[in-house]
Amino acid sequence: MATIPTTASEIAAAVAAGSITAREVLEAHLARIDARESEINAFNLVTADVARAQADAIDADIAAGRPVGPLAGVPIALKDNMCTHGIETTCSSKILEGWKPPYDATVVTRLRAAGAVMVGKTNLDEFAMGSSTENSAFGATRNPLDTARVPGGSSGGSAAAVAAGFSPVSLGSDTGGSIRQPAALCGVVGVKPTYGRVSRYGLVAYASSLDQIGPFATTVADAALITEVIAGHDEKDSTSIPQPSPSLVGAASQGVAGMRIGRVVDLPGGAEPEVSARLDAAFEALAAAGATIVDITLPSLGYALTAYYLIAPAEASSNLARFDGVRYGLRVNAADTNAMYGATRAAGFGDEVKRRIMLGTYALSAGYYDAYYGKALKVRRLIAQDFDKAYESVDTILMPTSPLVAFKFGEKADDPMSMYLCDIYTIPTNLAGHPAMSVPFGTGAHGLPVGIQVLAPALGEEAMFRVGGALEAAAGGAQ
Amino acid sequence: MTQSGSPISAADVAKVAHLARLDIDDAQVENFTEQLAKVMGHFGDIDALDLTGIEPMTQPYPLVNVMREDVELPTLDTDEVLASAPAAEERRFRVPPIVGTEG
Repeated sequence: MATIPTTASEIAAAVAAGSITAREVLEAHLARIDARESEINAFNLVTADVARAQADAIDADIAAGRPVGPLAGVPIALKDNMCTHGIETTCSSKILEGWKPPYDATVVTRLRAAGAVMVGKTNLDEFAMGSSTENSAFGATRNPLDTARVPGGSSGGSAAAVAAGFSPVSLGSDTGGSIRQPAALCGVVGVKPTYGRVSRYGLVAYASSLDQIGPFATTVADAALITEVIAGHDEKDSTSIPQPSPSLVGAASQGVAGMRIGRVVDLPGGAEPEVSARLDAAFEALAAAGATIVDITLPSLGYALTAYYLIAPAEASSNLARFDGVRYGLRVNAADTNAMYGATRAAGFGDEVKRRIMLGTYALSAGYYDAYYGKALKVRRLIAQDFDKAYESVDTILMPTSPLVAFKFGEKADDPMSMYLCDIYTIPTNLAGHPAMSVPFGTGAHGLPVGIQVLAPALGEEAMFRVGGALEAAAGGAQ
Repeated sequence: MTQSGSPISAADVAKVAHLARLDIDDAQVENFTEQLAKVMGHFGDIDALDLTGIEPMTQPYPLVNVMREDVELPTLDTDEVLASAPAAEERRFRVPPIVGTEG
């Protein structure tokens, strides 16, 4: 058998050229899943049969000389909160266990049209609420680099799948860092595009003004390639922005000469010293590559955590009202509908989901709305204004992705506040609606990977990928 | 009005759980109250900010009145949708009695 290339772009090129078949690529990845999935638990469901049919269809197209898409034969894993027609979609929750959606999410339709091959649905913190994937109703995912540690979350399964080589690329969703933080902890690239860049149609909603779908990959160029395929206007999502999908793959190798990169002088503390040291090294590497480092301030950044943990639960409490035992998923029978709702939701939701629903309900309830939710929305505006001001003098901003490297199971599971603090550097961009990506940049404590985060203004993906590509080149050169 | 940052009481948690249609027992109320009070204690930090005159920001990208062309498009297959419902009858979702025992 021919050697299987490691990146999505190499796989697609080799498959399109006929030097390897999509089926060979797939079987190599399924073999890796067979070998290690029982240890990692990246997947809620491996869709081997669906994948084989898709791969064989691609191979038939190539044999017949028909044109194929930019992801021909590329295996991809999908976070299990994206609807797949006729294929179980659970959000890692007992309340949706066994549910088969009657339609595909727009990202699934676009990936299929591009020739991607879906290998499975990946584990997550229930309804994407968490930073460790320990909140899954179907068991935690383990970090492939150290199975005593968490992969991060909430898209921990998608990050672990790429880190373990189960698929070269995957999709996650990011509401407060749920792509970038697990990417950092698993040593892979993770991208949250601008809010509205990628259609949310068919993504089970957590917090609708913050949620955004994006890719995991082993290289910045692959992440750019997947972003190009899934981005672009979709009339099925009324928050989808009208701009066409940007051209991004070239940006990853364009370099940073002449770019202005912001260093936040009043960055909230809490990062491990080794993480801070990697951030310093990242600035040095970019300066050496021709960028100018500019000191900036983001005075409201320290308040982002509070704003987020009021706004996201408030939206969640509304969004998750739809899980009521009437139209899909679990029902616990009772004498009347009210009793049925309460019993169904008590049995179907895990504790973290219940905490956030209650927190959000409280923040929105009469007498508390102004003090909590209303105030949080004003803080959100302040944070967005801080970014707007900063981007008058810089093209991108650099900060850590996660204050910590991958932590051990159980370390934070019983203390919600310490878990929430994992998101301190990722949530500000969700509040502002801006793009951001995490790029592996060396190691920190215990030899575990550190991710450096590149932030850019709305629709600033090209600048973001330029800096991401330069960091990747510098990290590779240092090894 | 309760001051922002004050700890949430067990009675508040029980009330909110009812509003959110989550049946939780007394032991869970106690546990959730402790956890939520700790989280909400952290929220007091924004009281230090002067938010006078700041407009609330509900969404990042101000799109308004998004409409599509008024043309017929395929809809979801009714039988397929009902097949995944907990109970269905005569092409409708079936539910327990609406008017029941609980006030």
